[in-house]
Amino acid sequence: MDLSYYPGCTLKTKAKGLEDSAIASLKALGINLLEVPRWNCCGVTYSLADDDLVHHLAPVRNLMRVMEQGSKKVGVLCSFCYNSLTRANLLMKNDQQKRGTLNDFMEEEKHYNGEVEVVHILEVLRDDLGWANIAEKVKVPLKGLKVASYYGCTLLRPQEVAIDHVERPTILRSLLETVGAEAVDFPYATECCGSFQIIGNPDHVAQRVWDILSSALRSGAEALVLTCPLCHFNLGERQRELAQRYGDFQGMPIFYFSQLLAVSLGIEPQVCHFELNYGAPLSLLKSKKLIS
Amino acid sequence: MRIEISPHRLHSDFVKKVAEISGQDLLACNQCGKCSAGCPMCFAMDLLPNQIIRLVQLGIEEDIARSKTIWICASCFTCSVRCPRGVDLGKVMEALRLITLRKNVDYIQAANISAQRLSELPQIALVSAFRKHTA
Repeated sequence: MDLSYYPGCTLKTKAKGLEDSAIASLKALGINLLEVPRWNCCGVTYSLADDDLVHHLAPVRNLMRVMEQGSKKVGVLCSFCYNSLTRANLLMKNDQQKRGTLNDFMEEEKHYNGEVEVVHILEVLRDDLGWANIAEKVKVPLKGLKVASYYGCTLLRPQEVAIDHVERPTILRSLLETVGAEAVDFPYATECCGSFQIIGNPDHVAQRVWDILSSALRSGAEALVLTCPLCHFNLGERQRELAQRYGDFQGMPIFYFSQLLAVSLGIEPQVCHFELNYGAPLSLLKSKKLIS
Repeated sequence: MRIEISPHRLHSDFVKKVAEISGQDLLACNQCGKCSAGCPMCFAMDLLPNQIIRLVQLGIEEDIARSKTIWICASCFTCSVRCPRGVDLGKVMEALRLITLRKNVDYIQAANISAQRLSELPQIALVSAFRKHTA
């Protein structure tokens, strides 16, 4: 099966491990991800102001590119891209007046009315492939690996874009169970990591990272799994900073969900670009004899 | 703290502007405090999220301008999904930021980010920070 796929800018550089491991895993599971031609920036943050339409142009143009590709469904990996594309799509579907203004402004484009379905790749795993079918293809069960699921904000909030229950999501837990890992629940799973405040207020992000990782450690996790490249950076880079500042601070490896899936499917570890992860993920996987 | 309530403030251009940009019914808030209870960034805030919306309702613009709170908000929408009165406080915070940013006042300066830092940061961090904190 073919599926249109929107990568976004960060996946081509800092989050290469997220993209490459997902493409390889989905291929092994029977889905070819076809990159949307001529994609542009998703806008990153959805414009929240009622009187600001210009910032909706970027995400909407991407959805127009999906239509041109002859597709009505697009899969997204980056949580930020998922959020901005989904919200812009809902606006085009539900707000007749703003849709009209935006379509008129982009007069060189074919009118768009929210026809495309935007899904996160985790939803493709759950809804299109199904956990039981994925479990059958697992070659290396991640036995003994204790992993806490961290959702962050943009997959779950606001309500209208949530891929799972807003307060008690289970989709990452299901994935972890499917690949044979030990899923650890912890109370900070849906709490914000500080997001873009890494630029203006990096110490506040460090405080968030301290709270989140300490809680995951107390719950017995050895690693964290997530989907968002910004959470990945904040939780990874700030834990290094915290370790330098406070000698006794204990961090943990941060994995993308697709990296753990790829390892369990027996895909060679080079595809996962573990060199771009923080917190020594390779030595943890080797110590559990999950990769050689 | 003594707060002077006046019809002039309650119906000020400031209150109208916040309502217009955010698209929210500001008077729907009945100060239950659930937004502040769940806010992950409130440890760093000098005014709590529920205090911000109360000050907006009363049109007390100066106290909000003196506070750092709107620049600490990370737009995580925890308050928005939990508000029992359906107020999207994330949008109110955005409106308050925009009232300053639209006067061409930036909260962060791109020139202050070192070349080394720029090479480390993921693109989504830079674009979202500039979108939220610069004009």
